[in-house]
Amino acid sequence: MSEEIIILSVFRGDADGGQEQEYRVPLETGMVVLDALHYVQTEYAPDLAVRWNCKAAHCGSCSAEINGMPKLLCKTRLDDYVGQVIHVRPMHAFPLIKDLVTDVSWNYRVAKQIPAFQPSTPAPFVMYQRDVDRIQEFHQCIECFLCQDTCHVLREHEGQERYFGPRMMAKIAEWDMHPMDTKDRTAFLKDVAGIPMCNVTRCCVEVCPEHIVITDNAIIPLKERVADVYWDPIQALFRRFRRPAKTPVPTEPSSAEG
Amino acid sequence: MPSYLADQVNVESIEQHKYDIIIVGAGGAGLRAAIAASEGEQQTVAVVTKSLLGKAHTVMAEGGVAASLANVDSDDSWDTHFYDTMKSGHFINDYRVAEVFAKEVPDRVLELETWGAVFDRTPAGKIMQRPFGAHSFRRLAHIGDRTGKELIRTLQYKAIHQAVDVYQEVTSTALLVDGQGQIAGVFGYYREDGRFVLFRAKAVVLATGGWGKAYKVTSNSWESTGDGAAMAFRVGAELMDMEMVQFHPTGMVWPPGVRGLLVTEGVRGEGGLLYNSQHERFMLRYDPVLQELSSRDVVARSIYKENQAGRGTPHGGAWLDISYKPAEYVKAKLPGMYEQFRTLADVDITREPFEVAPTTHYTMGGLRVQADTCATNVPGLFAAGEVACGLHGANRLGGNSLGDILVFGRRAGMGAREYAAQAEWKQIDPATLEREAARVLAPLTREEGEQPYRLQVELQETMTTYAGMVRSQESLQTGLARLQELEERAARMAVKGGTRAYNPGWHTVFDVQSMLLLGMVIIRGALARQESRGAHWRLDFPEELPEVGAVNFVQRLSGDQIVIEPTPVPKMPAELARLFEHDRAPGVRRRAERNGEGRADR
Amino acid sequence: MAQPEQQVGNVPPRVPKGTRPYWVEPTVTAVVFGLFVLYSLWETLFHHNGVYGNYISPFFSPQLGRWLGMKDFIAIPVVWAPFLFRATCYYYRKEYNRAWFWHPAGCAVSEPRARKYTGETRFPFSWANLHRYFWYLAVIVLMFLWKDTIQAFIFPGGFAVNVGSLLFLLNAVLLTFYTFSCHAFRHIVGGRQNCYSCTLGPNAGKPTASYRVWNLVSRWNLRHGAWAWASLFSVWAVDVYVRLLILHVIHDVRLF
Repeated sequence: MSEEIIILSVFRGDADGGQEQEYRVPLETGMVVLDALHYVQTEYAPDLAVRWNCKAAHCGSCSAEINGMPKLLCKTRLDDYVGQVIHVRPMHAFPLIKDLVTDVSWNYRVAKQIPAFQPSTPAPFVMYQRDVDRIQEFHQCIECFLCQDTCHVLREHEGQERYFGPRMMAKIAEWDMHPMDTKDRTAFLKDVAGIPMCNVTRCCVEVCPEHIVITDNAIIPLKERVADVYWDPIQALFRRFRRPAKTPVPTEPSSAEG
Repeated sequence: MPSYLADQVNVESIEQHKYDIIIVGAGGAGLRAAIAASEGEQQTVAVVTKSLLGKAHTVMAEGGVAASLANVDSDDSWDTHFYDTMKSGHFINDYRVAEVFAKEVPDRVLELETWGAVFDRTPAGKIMQRPFGAHSFRRLAHIGDRTGKELIRTLQYKAIHQAVDVYQEVTSTALLVDGQGQIAGVFGYYREDGRFVLFRAKAVVLATGGWGKAYKVTSNSWESTGDGAAMAFRVGAELMDMEMVQFHPTGMVWPPGVRGLLVTEGVRGEGGLLYNSQHERFMLRYDPVLQELSSRDVVARSIYKENQAGRGTPHGGAWLDISYKPAEYVKAKLPGMYEQFRTLADVDITREPFEVAPTTHYTMGGLRVQADTCATNVPGLFAAGEVACGLHGANRLGGNSLGDILVFGRRAGMGAREYAAQAEWKQIDPATLEREAARVLAPLTREEGEQPYRLQVELQETMTTYAGMVRSQESLQTGLARLQELEERAARMAVKGGTRAYNPGWHTVFDVQSMLLLGMVIIRGALARQESRGAHWRLDFPEELPEVGAVNFVQRLSGDQIVIEPTPVPKMPAELARLFEHDRAPGVRRRAERNGEGRADR
Repeated sequence: MAQPEQQVGNVPPRVPKGTRPYWVEPTVTAVVFGLFVLYSLWETLFHHNGVYGNYISPFFSPQLGRWLGMKDFIAIPVVWAPFLFRATCYYYRKEYNRAWFWHPAGCAVSEPRARKYTGETRFPFSWANLHRYFWYLAVIVLMFLWKDTIQAFIFPGGFAVNVGSLLFLLNAVLLTFYTFSCHAFRHIVGGRQNCYSCTLGPNAGKPTASYRVWNLVSRWNLRHGAWAWASLFSVWAVDVYVRLLILHVIHDVRLF
């Protein structure tokens, strides 16, 4: 292949500020943006900070923004951008550490607060494929946090105090829709996880590298579960005569263990 | 020395934490150990990982976790799993490790289900199990082709809901021992800003994974650099079977950027067939019985031999074809593979065959441990998962590594808990800390020197070329000489113009140091084993030799010298040895007896 | 720790190759929705008859206003229900939140921050949670629209097919798909359950009726947005057609 050069404009800097810097990288067949960044590290800037692990879109470490869109560096092909300068910037919704690396620890802190799966009996479970198809979709998540990055509540409105973000909604859905689960997370969803902050604009679905339909399959069904309890007087009437299917969990995260 | 370096060599100023048990590594084994260690909550437990939580190499495991649940093949049981494991390991495995493993792994899988893992289901609503290379029965519990992710995610959320502290993106550079050589703690630094951190601990569990990244063509993640094994070796721990490096037969070949990326054995498990350039199913020649589902060493060698005979594909591999199955089935059972080839190689695996070639996959060797507690020979040091050894012998069965991390992660956690309960806090010599701090900072202080990335590439190329799938006295000697040359250059590694803040060039220095050391140990082991056995293939000794097969090669550091000792393979007690009297696995025999002899083949 | 302001220096283009600029979709939506609302206001506030022969405009059906003896604004007693059904629809919420409120106008695009964003926590947006009730009402209206559709094939001379009849049929079909692909309906029929096979007795492990319906609705739901747009235009088209007939601007053409 002839020596074709692409221009990579990479954000360099830290919390105190920074700017994009241009690097010239020879294009190879099938090259992804992460390959180009490794070339930059070897040839020009050994200290260029980029987080990556598997380079196979399995681990979700190399999240960044390429020409303004949240994407995985290892899954974005350079030949999608022929004739363009490729701008690579860190995720906008999280505090910057250095260059392309951001501090995503907030995600792990809120994850800890989600009431965990609690089965009625220990395994082995008798569950059928059709019953688990729905939750297996959420198990595809690689925790790249691109959905958190693109979610405008977290990105534009500093909503981290008020909303757990799409990733955590998928996690809650995964447990709450488990055929064997016994916990009722509706109050938690409404008051702690902040599901009403979502206005279903579906950007999380657009950026998900695993193609999880977070909005329609996780957030909206969970919103409907919240509506069952808080917005539906007829359902409330029915519930008075039925034993609760699930045990409610407290809405205040326990400080002892989280 | 620049001022930003000087301030922290002062030992008193180093951030300190005190935990009864420190677990290094947050892959499946580390997290399972953390869960076990923190049960009962009498002891404080922390996990130290150089990546983010949930990103470890475990996520790359695809095909499934092998456990004799007997959900689809009712004749399966622990003894057949044990038989398959020992047989594929060519009998240099530690039988006791394999026995504990085969007996416990079904419980560990069910436990995951209790914690929220959702495996694919059988029509009867049980955990589905798929066939895999050299397993006598359909045995691998799976969720599509993303089983490793399911494991790590389940363990990750279980662990964070327990009393486990997690230190993310902390590189451990050294294990600390007291004057008697007993474990006293772990030293490292935060990748974020490079500040040092010292963990004092009564017991340390190493769950740092393998060192497949020492090779150029590899399916391994960035972090599989063998830091744990190297750190332990430096404080006197024994490494065993280091010559045993598994080459997975099916890695991606094209385009260059993804060379080595894993193509799950699940493709063959679901019916994928291998062809050479003449459209011949060559596996029928090499292994008429198991065919495509022969053990990994056999399939990898067969692909190599086809290429040597001029029947390889354009980029030096073989064709793997699953396109004859319905597209919807392929997408449901192998969604990751479909996506991987579509986005990275522009290939639709539901419509066309694709190229595969062997890739470095797993390191069977590692720290020598006791089967029941996972204790190493260093008091207070435990090891589990890929960093340990004994289970897989000369060749690992697909799906056994995920079982390994569950069974022995738990046992290491329990072993550490028991040990820490009666152990004292050990003294750490401040001079050791000072030396270690200075060593870690040295690459930043050098004005001129070797570039760590380039050394890493040279190291990887050396290992792939001279200590790869095909070995000989000559190639290994050349490789060793090159590594020694690299070692000299590595002493002068420098990271120019960088600070301690998230500096990948600096981080790479320690990866290179670990892999160089382990590369030497691999080659020494490979030179010592003058036979071909399992994954270890010597052109100059093409046969399995019973007298060589009777020993494991154990290496340790004596002063500055690496010494290598042939150690007899532990002998199976009679009740286990009996399982091997016949040439067929116990479960297969049981089934044959029930159905009447002669219809035993599946 | 705050992210440094990223707008300094050379701002990267936010347009990945091969896609439209992000503002095209919200702009089109904003214009079309706006025109539809204006048209609806004009139609329902300034007209007091939606009937031409055997045709009843969907804006005026059922004829509740007339039954109540109203002379003016006869569309109003009914038309609010389907309007609120659409206003609280999860798909429309996405579209108008992007197009009218720019929350956000496009993915990863900066937003106006003048007002404090409160999502769907407060009135009026919190009332979107009542979507299921507007769905119930929309189903009642839909039944009348099917009655109207049958009626649209029955002329004084008996059964016949006119261009108008086919428009009515198309509209009823599209509205049916739109209504029964609704997210709230999907929840009601099965989404609220966690297990579809957890029945006892001889049917244990067999898919329940609820599962079958949920599965079907889920499949329709994938195209909910397409049904939303298509039925919006079909309602509009039928109404315009009837209005033009009433105003004697066009003639209804008999096909067979």
